[in-house]
Amino acid sequence: MRANDAYISIQAVSKHFGPVRAVDDISIDIRSGEFFSLLGASGCGKTTLLRMIAGFESPTHGEIVIEGVPMSQVPPYRRPTNMVFQNYAIFPHLTVSKNLAYGLRYEKIDKAEMNTRVGEALEMVKLGGFGARRSHELSGGQRQRVALARALIKRPKVLLLDEPLGALDKKLRADMQLELRALQESVGITFIFVTHDQEEAMTLSDRIAVMSHGQVLQIASPKELYNRPVNVEVADFIGQMNFIDASVSRMSGERAELDTAGLGRISAPTGEASFFQEGDAIVVAIRPEKLTLSGDRNGGREGVQGVMRAATYLGDRSHYYVDLPGREEPLVVAGSDSGPMDHDPLERGSPVLVSWADDALVLLPRDEALASASREESSSNGT
Amino acid sequence: MTQTHDTLRGRLYAFFLRSEPVRGFALLSPTLLIMLAGMCVPFVILVAMSFWTQHVFEFDTTLSLTNYNEIVDKPMYRVLLTRSLAISGACTVATVLLAYPMAYYVAFHVHRHKMVWIVLMTLPFWSSYLLRVFAWKIILGYNGAINASFMGLGWLEKPLEFLLYSPTAVVITLTHAWAAFAILPIYVSLEKIDRSLLEAATDLGDGPVKRFIGVTLPLSLPGVIAASLLIFIPTVGDFVTPALVGGPDGAMIANLIQVQFARVNNWPMGAALSLAMMVIIAAISLLYIWTARRFTEYGR
Amino acid sequence: MSEISYIQRPNRPLHVYAFGYIAFLYIPVLFLPLFSFNDSIYFAFPIEEFTTEWYRQMFEHQAMHAALANSLKVGAVASVLATVLGVFGAKAVTRYRIPGKKSLIFVIMLPLVVPGILLGVALLLMLSRLGITLSLYTVTMGHVLICTPFAMATLIPRFEGFDRAMEEASADLGANAWSTFWRVTLPMVLPGVVASLLLCFTISFDEFIIAFMLTGTDPTLPIFMYSQLRFPARLPPTVALGSIIIFVSFVVLCFSLWLRRYGVEESASDGVRP
Repeated sequence: MRANDAYISIQAVSKHFGPVRAVDDISIDIRSGEFFSLLGASGCGKTTLLRMIAGFESPTHGEIVIEGVPMSQVPPYRRPTNMVFQNYAIFPHLTVSKNLAYGLRYEKIDKAEMNTRVGEALEMVKLGGFGARRSHELSGGQRQRVALARALIKRPKVLLLDEPLGALDKKLRADMQLELRALQESVGITFIFVTHDQEEAMTLSDRIAVMSHGQVLQIASPKELYNRPVNVEVADFIGQMNFIDASVSRMSGERAELDTAGLGRISAPTGEASFFQEGDAIVVAIRPEKLTLSGDRNGGREGVQGVMRAATYLGDRSHYYVDLPGREEPLVVAGSDSGPMDHDPLERGSPVLVSWADDALVLLPRDEALASASREESSSNGT
Repeated sequence: MTQTHDTLRGRLYAFFLRSEPVRGFALLSPTLLIMLAGMCVPFVILVAMSFWTQHVFEFDTTLSLTNYNEIVDKPMYRVLLTRSLAISGACTVATVLLAYPMAYYVAFHVHRHKMVWIVLMTLPFWSSYLLRVFAWKIILGYNGAINASFMGLGWLEKPLEFLLYSPTAVVITLTHAWAAFAILPIYVSLEKIDRSLLEAATDLGDGPVKRFIGVTLPLSLPGVIAASLLIFIPTVGDFVTPALVGGPDGAMIANLIQVQFARVNNWPMGAALSLAMMVIIAAISLLYIWTARRFTEYGR
Repeated sequence: MSEISYIQRPNRPLHVYAFGYIAFLYIPVLFLPLFSFNDSIYFAFPIEEFTTEWYRQMFEHQAMHAALANSLKVGAVASVLATVLGVFGAKAVTRYRIPGKKSLIFVIMLPLVVPGILLGVALLLMLSRLGITLSLYTVTMGHVLICTPFAMATLIPRFEGFDRAMEEASADLGANAWSTFWRVTLPMVLPGVVASLLLCFTISFDEFIIAFMLTGTDPTLPIFMYSQLRFPARLPPTVALGSIIIFVSFVVLCFSLWLRRYGVEESASDGVRP
């Protein structure tokens, strides 16, 4: 992206709270009309970054530029941004209509136009006829729509959304995700969306910035993030992943020979990866669904011999856990239930063959923080 | 908004936006400054003046311990100080002891319309303090309610004279006047107790009495401590009650202090007495908090 | 009642005690209205004839009216000032990260733990040093000092009770700080403001010792009543007025409770605060 493409430019922004660096030297360029997500576990700095864009927090260092205007001296109420708050922040002392009209008072429009715009906004979020209600008379989903309409009625250049679907139950969430995406396409403005839910971010976004400990790990489209994570932490955060320790024994052209713990000696395409040399320790990552299981006697196929340890049935698919020699953790393999495994049930303890396509292998630098990162991941999931 | 960029005003504004403590202080400053001016400045003057001495109509501003020496040496001051502390202490104990069962009753045995009971208990305290104290004069007086009814019932030959104008009268009146300050904190601390703790104690074999001593009482101690301090601190310095129902034997330190500023006209002495009273109150309160804290920690 | 658990089963002696205690709280207060209709200047038994003479005298008592007016003025000004200071202070301590916040709150709350006589004396000394003449203004000042901590204590839970995202949402929608205060913050804390005004007014209206030390030639009502208590002949109209004040304050309190109940939904523990 060229620098002048950037509609919102976050330039080397940091935010310190005492000794804590909530946001640590982040630079992001966001395009006009883009659905951009900030994804990360709680405490990664994503909300702080969003609040700095809105103007509720000031950066300790750095500058946020929107449409070429530096924002550091612009108070929140003069910024071309509007926000949907995590708990919606619907004014309880005002009706739905008055909530929507709240921000219009600061625009030079007459009463009639104000009413028209309120009516339109209510229709847009399918709340026609709810104008006279108050916050406590609305359901969670309806509050969410009011918050959305109240922000969009201001016709902002950027809409900021702070985990807006977090308070909704699972079914409603899925519906709202679809609506949100449709809405963004119809209004055509930039959305910056904060979430800790990777599935939600994948569903909604054009691009995602994965954040951790105040820093951006990777900015990419959902597809690229899934298929080409740049490090173990991103790979671990997005979807499920098998990690295999490996060392580079030989490099030749576009390919590398790897000695792995569990898969034995394999050959992998290096692609653009150029962070390692012969003799380096790296990590090989493979998605469970990119592995194939077959009975041991399917002769002639390439792969690694393993022993079935356990299987879990997930409805639309199953996960198989396979023990490999030289590896403590089992390898996770996803299989669809309608596949050949149905006819040939894989029993515990039976020998299996694990195979994969060449492009399934992702080579990543070994991350010393992997252990700690995965521990945090599991603890944040637990809460 | 583009104009403010890089001007001095813009920079100052950016600094103001950036610095949350600055904005916070700006907002707090009116309140804080008024409280500082109204509390700390007078207090400093009070301390300074307590080391001066009065010469007929003039202050001798050389610093001396004359007033404090006099407070220690003259029995009158000592007697009034100790009497104030004793009356206040007795009133605190009586108020807390009487209010505790009431608060307990509302917390544990009232199930519907709790709010009505709370209002019922606090309503009398919204009426004039002065008039409530005066009401006790009617009750305790020579021809007051108690004497009249007891004589009417034939229990007494002639009216009891010791009822009014005595330390006892002051204690009784204060116990009534400050009841709300005991009921509310104790009630709140009792209401906060998780009922399952009491059930657990019962489940583990405690009878009602053991359960009360072992669980309810220790857990409600914060309320008792708060109530004691809320009553003790202001009542030591109470003026109205001893003046109206105390008589000469029931006079307290505040009456003596007030006299220094009126009839006696010895302001430095009044300042020294006020300060001495405050220091003693603070010392007793801190000691009390310290002991109570140790006891509650040990109790848990 | 079968729904009552083992812990909460009825306790007869405690029940009796509770009613006895309520009687102890009320009977002395009710003596005043009783004697305000008694046709004798002595407040002693037995009760004589019924009369409304004292109420008639009360309505003609100029000095009493002046004192009442003084108290109303002082109470109104002091409660408004204290509540304004309380709103500033409560917003500052609940909305901003301020270094040393705890000790600053302690300074503001100090009058709660200082006996009135001490504060009265200290203020008197300061005013005389500054050469300020004692008047209703000085009384008002003293009352602002003692009321502000109560205003803060009433308002802080109000500010804590509403999400600061409300104020941010307002700023986000284009309202500046001033506009946000009037359109969001104040309506949200309004019940607290009303409670604070009532509480501060009652405290000021009833306050004796600070007013006693700081008043000039115009007495407030408690000081006026105190001066009447020594003269039996002047007492009955004062008691008549006192009865009316008791009645009015009961009505106002019940009204404010009703207001709280229907004005906003509140938790039971919130209602405990007077």
